[in-house]
Amino acid sequence: MSSVTVSTTVNGDAVQFVCPADEPLLDVLRNRLGLTGAKEGCGTGDCGACSVTVDGTLVCSCLVLGAEVEGREVETVEGMADGDELHPLQRKFIEHAALQCGICTPGFLIAAQALLEHNPDPTEKEVRYALAGNLCRCTGYDKIVKAVLDAGKEMRKAKSSKKR
Amino acid sequence: MKYESPKTTKEAAQLLAKAKGEARVLAGGTDLLVQMKSGAVEPDLLVDIKRIKATQEIKKKDGAFEIGASVPGMALRDHKALSKAWPGVVEAANLIGSDQVQGRCTMAGNLCNASPAADSVPALVAAKAKAKVVGPDGRRTVPVEKIPTGPGSTSLKKGEIIESISLPKRPARSGDAYLRFIPRTEMDIAVCSAGVNLTLSPSGVIKDARVAVGAVAPTVVLANKAAKAIIGTKLDDEALAKLAKEVEKVCSPIDDKRGTIEFRTEVAGVLARRAAKIAYERAGGK
Ligand SMILES: Cc1cc2nc3c(=O)[nH]c(=O)nc-3n(C[C@H](O)[C@H](O)[C@H](O)COP(=O)(O)OP(=O)(O)OC[C@H]3O[C@@H](n4cnc5c(N)ncnc54)[C@H](O)[C@@H]3O)c2cc1C
Ligand code: FES
Ligand code: FES
Repeated sequence: MSSVTVSTTVNGDAVQFVCPADEPLLDVLRNRLGLTGAKEGCGTGDCGACSVTVDGTLVCSCLVLGAEVEGREVETVEGMADGDELHPLQRKFIEHAALQCGICTPGFLIAAQALLEHNPDPTEKEVRYALAGNLCRCTGYDKIVKAVLDAGKEMRKAKSSKKR
Repeated sequence: MKYESPKTTKEAAQLLAKAKGEARVLAGGTDLLVQMKSGAVEPDLLVDIKRIKATQEIKKKDGAFEIGASVPGMALRDHKALSKAWPGVVEAANLIGSDQVQGRCTMAGNLCNASPAADSVPALVAAKAKAKVVGPDGRRTVPVEKIPTGPGSTSLKKGEIIESISLPKRPARSGDAYLRFIPRTEMDIAVCSAGVNLTLSPSGVIKDARVAVGAVAPTVVLANKAAKAIIGTKLDDEALAKLAKEVEKVCSPIDDKRGTIEFRTEVAGVLARRAAKIAYERAGGK
């Protein structure tokens, strides 16, 4: 296996790593960069626990090679909070008790953030479709959907009060 | 395994052509990386085509669209002119996987993975799409239905890459649609599917049509007799019944727990009928 040297940006920080050419980005993040927020649920694109964004696009990091992110910008759940201040989605997940074991949570947060950026005022149905690529074996989804809708509401309010 | 990400299609074709052992094109990786993980495919070389400019864009020229081979599903949805001209093709491509998969999956990858259940393929075949193929010795243009030759195999020769997929100029009063049957609402593989593309005369009579069905044979099937059954009609009940019957005749599906032969055959006919109605409406027919 030949290895590749990759320079990229992760959560705003310049990062360099060396990895085998066939190593998934998920393994790079977890085992080489110490970012264990993204989880491996399936490794085959079905569960979304490994969700991150690459150049702003939501992807499963288990289905991206580390080699592919040369010069790109990767965002993970570790970059969501602003210092000690949680992202509204993170706060709402706690308020609504939208997690139990928490394995799926980083993936849901990243996917929900990608949804709200693209569609700040989604319907419940739109939320459910947008999160269809994220599986949760504990919550039954209802609290997750409510938390996302509530976070969207708060983020819209914050945005319109900023405009004023 | 080596990983390369060349800047031109020609360079990519040469890398593939001179590779010893197994060499693969990497587009979105949503099939290939899964197959590599399970050990079904063990390439010695991966040629990532996403840094090739000619594969990255959707171009519109004289009413025709050219869709680069590394354009992901999500970018198709976000392209207003394409979605307006070819709603059936775009909705078919958007059925592939989740939002996460949509950020990566390409129609060219869907075509070259050569699954009989590939969602974008019946819509592309019905649309009369053509693949622009670049090889070490030059270029050729191939109707998309000629690319898959059976489950997991294609007519592409060693070193050949699809650079883009083109959709022809749309005559006035045209519409297309794609439908699939899955037991769930999302994230599943088609049990059977149908794509219909048609053009109407000013009086609302179908003057041209193409019908393609998926997951009912080793490859997606272009059903010429089914298309003939609705040409010259206003899609009355008789024409629709004949369409379904002709679709059933081209079906030779597998029998498995997801659908019996009888079920897949009958539902393919039903889906073709419903897709034809949607396409007819989209073309402005009443
Ligand atoms: C969770 C999940 C859900 C899915 N759901 C669906 C679904 O609902 N419907 C469906 O149809 N598919 C589905 N798929 C399969 C897959 O996403 C699609 O087939 C997708 O379109 C493949 O495109 P890609 O760009 O990722 O291809 P890749 O994986 O990059 O490539 C696929 C194959 O085609 C070859 N190839 C790719 N591009 C080219 C090219 N330009 N020239 C020559 N050869 C090329 C590759 O070498 C490889 O053999 C799903 C996959 C996952 C992981
Ligand atoms: S681990 Fe990537 S989708 Fe499940
Ligand atoms: S909280 Fe346990 S899987 Fe979602």
